Amino acid sequence: MAKDSVKSRHQSLSELISQLGKVFGDQLIATHGEFSEVTIEVGKDDLFTICQQLRDNDYFAFEQLIDLTVVDYLHFGQDEWATDEASGSGFSRGRRDISQTKPKWKRERFAVVYHLLSIAYNRRLRVKCFIDENRPQLPSVINIWNGVDWFEREAFDLFGILFVGHPDLRRLLTDYGFVGHPFRKDFPLIGNVEMRFDAKQNRCVYEPVSIQPRVLVPKVIRAEQDETVYVADPATLKQAQQDPAKNTQRDKGADNG
Amino acid sequence: MAEIRNYTVNFGPQHPAAHGVLRLILEMDGETVVRADPHIGLLHRATEKLAESKPFNQSIGYMDRLDYVSMMCNEHAYVLAIEKLMGIKPPKRAQYIRVMFAEITRILNHLMWLGAHGLDIGAMTVFLYAFRERESLMDAYEAVSGARMHATYFRPGGVYRDLPDSMPQYKVSRFSNQKKVDELNANRQGSLLDFLWNFSEAFPERVDEYETLLTDNRIWKQRTVGVGVVSPDRALQLGFSGPMLRGSGIEWDLRKKQPYEVYPELDFDIPVGLKGDCYDRYLVRIEEMRQSNRIIRQCIEWLRDNPGSVMLDNHKVTPPSREAMKNDMEALIHHFKLFTEGYCVPQGEVYQAVEHPKGEFGIYLVSDGANKPYRLKIRAPGFAHLSAMNEMVKGHMLADVVAIIGTQDIVFGEIDR
Repeated sequence: MAKDSVKSRHQSLSELISQLGKVFGDQLIATHGEFSEVTIEVGKDDLFTICQQLRDNDYFAFEQLIDLTVVDYLHFGQDEWATDEASGSGFSRGRRDISQTKPKWKRERFAVVYHLLSIAYNRRLRVKCFIDENRPQLPSVINIWNGVDWFEREAFDLFGILFVGHPDLRRLLTDYGFVGHPFRKDFPLIGNVEMRFDAKQNRCVYEPVSIQPRVLVPKVIRAEQDETVYVADPATLKQAQQDPAKNTQRDKGADNG
Repeated sequence: MAEIRNYTVNFGPQHPAAHGVLRLILEMDGETVVRADPHIGLLHRATEKLAESKPFNQSIGYMDRLDYVSMMCNEHAYVLAIEKLMGIKPPKRAQYIRVMFAEITRILNHLMWLGAHGLDIGAMTVFLYAFRERESLMDAYEAVSGARMHATYFRPGGVYRDLPDSMPQYKVSRFSNQKKVDELNANRQGSLLDFLWNFSEAFPERVDEYETLLTDNRIWKQRTVGVGVVSPDRALQLGFSGPMLRGSGIEWDLRKKQPYEVYPELDFDIPVGLKGDCYDRYLVRIEEMRQSNRIIRQCIEWLRDNPGSVMLDNHKVTPPSREAMKNDMEALIHHFKLFTEGYCVPQGEVYQAVEHPKGEFGIYLVSDGANKPYRLKIRAPGFAHLSAMNEMVKGHMLADVVAIIGTQDIVFGEIDR
């Protein structure tokens, strides 16, 4: 394994993308190279074998798993305040509840995101794996990168993703006996229960929250959006992503390394 | 003979050596640790979820409160991530100011670590020494932002305002008379840069003082040499970064390897340990303080010679000046929109990491084109380090647990988020 610190990062990125394509071929659902960061999307069945190769194949050598996280795409692309049309009476004053608006996201709800780092080649890679809301299950990669232990526990705690093969999948950050997965988009920001010390019973008691949810600044989307990200079918996605005209616009920030 | 069984010890969450609110369940065989099960989350504030409900700029203040002993480094990763997503680059002077304050923050963090680590394993004096120097650096924070700790100074597009030309002065009170006040104000007669220059002149000698207290100290060595050894392979496997990785002998520093801002223009070295024990990590951090001091001096020299703007002139992202706002309609509109709604960030996702004093601090930012982040994930270095606690303390004595917590440089603000 040679260190290629001399090679420009851009060159090494395109090399990485082509190598990934060569080794994994059709197993990759999509490959992106925006902002000088390489992202691959893989299916949940291929995840473990691909990860194993990413670490052990001499060309990739991703020795380190930097981060594991989950993105809940439930409300992706939906805003709370319509700004595209101003009628004679001006903008609407009220904020719409985001759960009442029409969902735009058509793919699987959760994406588990792995950030890998290769110290030998000085490169990063993001691996995304979309999983369905009904069976949020993935193989654990704890035998490939031992340090993933708490990251998987956190993802289980906050999003309810089950990692099959993890030896000790307990809650990590939330309270003992907590109910629900708080970072899901449909979990209210104010929570469901509140706790206080009851002097009469001489113990802590949990009660339903008494505060009202409050939005100070509504979520607004003004920029021109790339609608191809919402498509449901991976094949269409692949096609859209190969269409170069669509990609140039989103590549703007690439030099800002 | 009575049957001897392992017993469990509950350590924390309110223990001075737990560095905050760590609860450790230790399974002991006599005085040897068989298994450690850290319970975290007692400081969980759901920063990531809160950030999803606020415009981008309003979360900068939350970043300070993550790792609350290296405030500006957290902000740094966050604003860099936003800038990357928006494709903007701050003026060069702002980049130098950011780097200078990132290094000041590194010294602040390492001083805090040194003091607390020393105190934990029985060296009282170094704590007092370290806090003496922290005072000057926090004054620099205060001079530039008005806050001694939670500065909220970095903004997407630059820094909030330029460095001040004068330092705040001590005043006569019933605790200090004129003579004492003159003494205290002696190095505050010039600008902030002069003040920091004076500091950087004196600082290497201060580090020598800490070293005379510790480096060859027999008790210090007995407590740290050979304790908590992590091999390079294991360090990589466990996701270590920063001084924890360098202490194990892997030369890896994002400031050199994946440089951001103006680090390529600065001259500094990366210290690397040999054995990967607590003592090596101590040496690495001590040397990092000296190197940070070098970087600060280079930044001061550059900043003295190159006055200029510290904020982008793009008023879709940065607020217009107060003066312009009073006279110009368009500036007023920009100001109003920025502070009521914020700016919309184009759709996409980025991961931006910085070399935080504790390791790799990363921000993974997903935007759906709105004025709020769709998802913000904070990759805290201490989280990965603490998760390796079980492996590091296994087979050590109970007293070494404290040394290992110290060497990991644990701060709960970032671990629990």
